[in-house]
Amino acid sequence: MLYREAGQFKTDYAADQQIFPILQDRIFVFGVIAAAFAIVPAIASEYLYTEILIPFLILSLAAIGLNILVGYCGQVSLGTGGFMAVGAYAAYNLWLRVPEANNLVVVFLFGGLMAAAVGILFGLPSLRIKGFYLAVATLASQFFLDWLFARVKWLTNYTPSGSVAVGDLHVFGWRIDGPADRYLLILGMVVVATIVAKNLVRGHIGRSWMAIRDMDIAAEIIGFRPLRTKLLAFAVSSFFIGVAGAMWGFLRLGSWEPLAFDINRSFQILFMVIIGGLGSLVGSFMGAAFIVLTPVLLNQLPGWLGVNMSTAMISHLEFMVFGAMIVFFLIVEPHGLARLWAVAKEKLRLWPFPH
Amino acid sequence: MLGPFLETLIGGLLTGVLYSLVALGFVLIFKASGVFNFAQGAMVLFAALTVARLTDEIDGKALGLEHFVIAAAVLGAALALVGWYAWREYVARGSGPGERRRLALLAAGGALIGGVIAFAYGKGAWPLWVALAATASIMGLLAYAIERLVLRHLVNQEGIILFMATLGIANFLDGFGQTLWGSDIYTINLGLPKDPIFLFEGVFPGGLLIDPAELFAAGIAAVLVVVLAVFFQKTRVGRALRAVADDHAAAQSVGIPLNTIWLIVWTVAGLVALAAGVIWGAKLGVQFSISLIALKALPVLILGGFTSVPGAIIGGLIIGAGEKLSEIFLAPILVQAFDLAGGGIENWFAYMLALIFLLFRPQGLFGERIIERV
Repeated sequence: MLYREAGQFKTDYAADQQIFPILQDRIFVFGVIAAAFAIVPAIASEYLYTEILIPFLILSLAAIGLNILVGYCGQVSLGTGGFMAVGAYAAYNLWLRVPEANNLVVVFLFGGLMAAAVGILFGLPSLRIKGFYLAVATLASQFFLDWLFARVKWLTNYTPSGSVAVGDLHVFGWRIDGPADRYLLILGMVVVATIVAKNLVRGHIGRSWMAIRDMDIAAEIIGFRPLRTKLLAFAVSSFFIGVAGAMWGFLRLGSWEPLAFDINRSFQILFMVIIGGLGSLVGSFMGAAFIVLTPVLLNQLPGWLGVNMSTAMISHLEFMVFGAMIVFFLIVEPHGLARLWAVAKEKLRLWPFPH
Repeated sequence: MLGPFLETLIGGLLTGVLYSLVALGFVLIFKASGVFNFAQGAMVLFAALTVARLTDEIDGKALGLEHFVIAAAVLGAALALVGWYAWREYVARGSGPGERRRLALLAAGGALIGGVIAFAYGKGAWPLWVALAATASIMGLLAYAIERLVLRHLVNQEGIILFMATLGIANFLDGFGQTLWGSDIYTINLGLPKDPIFLFEGVFPGGLLIDPAELFAAGIAAVLVVVLAVFFQKTRVGRALRAVADDHAAAQSVGIPLNTIWLIVWTVAGLVALAAGVIWGAKLGVQFSISLIALKALPVLILGGFTSVPGAIIGGLIIGAGEKLSEIFLAPILVQAFDLAGGGIENWFAYMLALIFLLFRPQGLFGERIIERV
């Protein structure tokens, strides 16, 4: 009843090309963003910030990065954790060694750029290797980068076992202190990054990625250069992932070691992309929300039900429920939560008089 | 110099055999159903835990009631689900002998699981061969449950969706295995001699040091490979498996039942996982980290080719030997040159080795040639 597009005419090209052509979509999205900026800081507790909102936003950004590579360009990657580590440690080194650059935006962008460079390097095999062979090959980057940050002392400033810590963070003179500051900074960067990503994937570049994804030989024949297109996808994807990694280190953890970016992180983000929906940005957010919230709920559930359980048992249960839910979701909707969202919107258009 | 080199080489080759065992499970399933089965490592852990727990003589390790209750609840739910599907088919298709047989088999399977668990939560320790037989049947039932509850609903989905589903299965099995059997570190005693043997003492000073358990593992792997090769090449079922691997639709249209084939493949992969689990368990102890050896088997897989049984074996040998040799001979050089905080390059060396191979042969050493058409 409320979600109608009848009567919304597109009278010029700008109206036709906008990201949300339907008025209700625009209102909804701007409302959500405004609420996130204005209302959430007024009501959120520290627990909500550090355990839910901040991880959700940062991992959403990482999921968007991976979705560009897997969902839009069709190159399966299991090296996300490694690229996040590159972002985090590159940012750390800039922050540590160049005191003039103590501006988190600069630091994070540097982390992203370094990750993009490493991403291009590890994207090179994709020109030769495809499918699951590539997926396993990207694991090479994961293990190599894990090892690199654990063993090369210079990168971690000669700290034992590669654990590093940061403090005294600034953005253009704004001192980032409590969880609310960190949340607002992350939110701002994620909103900007999402707009950039959206415009990339709906433009010429995104089309070329999708052409490569759907059939690379055919794409090559109609004039997309695979080398340039694939490496660009690796670079852009790694850039987002690297920024997310730097944020994870600086704003979520504060002090971290290479273990924070191990293979499980890679799988976690791949789960987000798949459960959210391949080739969908809104799906990346939904997948991240699902993956972040499920363990939190599972942890709380026995307490709410009044059942007393050992922590080991809860962690086993978490494994089981998580695995079962993934399988269940894949069976019910292989195209992810984004598809459910689209179906719901379609239903809403006709509600309450479906024909 | 030659002595230590040969010793490292042989040690590496013998470890490589174990990687091959895990990789074999991957190859079998990929060949027959095109599924990249990430749950192979979890299956190894599950099988090893089951055997270890059943042969364990220490009843002081008895698990708490909550383990029993939750395990029983999960098993009951799975059985109810499978049983409900079977019953629906039984009603829909009428009471043919096949349907009746399946229901009977299911009932027997449920009884078996119940018996095994009731016994395991009691005090008894089973002789190894009984435990092996019971675990083998459990792996068969597990294969049936996976086929019935997961794969059958995902027919015709893209490869990555199936891959993710197996990741889910892996998660589930990791949690379930530890719920059912506890997460203590168990040992499996195969009754093998523990003392290392020395070979060629006349040829080299000190001779070569070799672990008999690894020799035994190599023997098992060799036997398994021969059996599998004969099974694939010479039997009716093996031919059907190869047909399915070649082309699902064509195989189905000449009357090969896909579901049965998948069940067989997953059972065989489960048995291979059992062999790998027992051997790894005897070597390292049964613990959660066993499920991570799946990651060690992946470079073997891309090196040898996803679809080649001999590839898995040879790839395993190359990776095993390369890993150990690099750790002993290359790592110190790297540590010196770059001032590293220790070696540990074996974690990624195998992957890099496989990657370099892949640049020259994108389908792996023995994989089928990839021909692409528009």
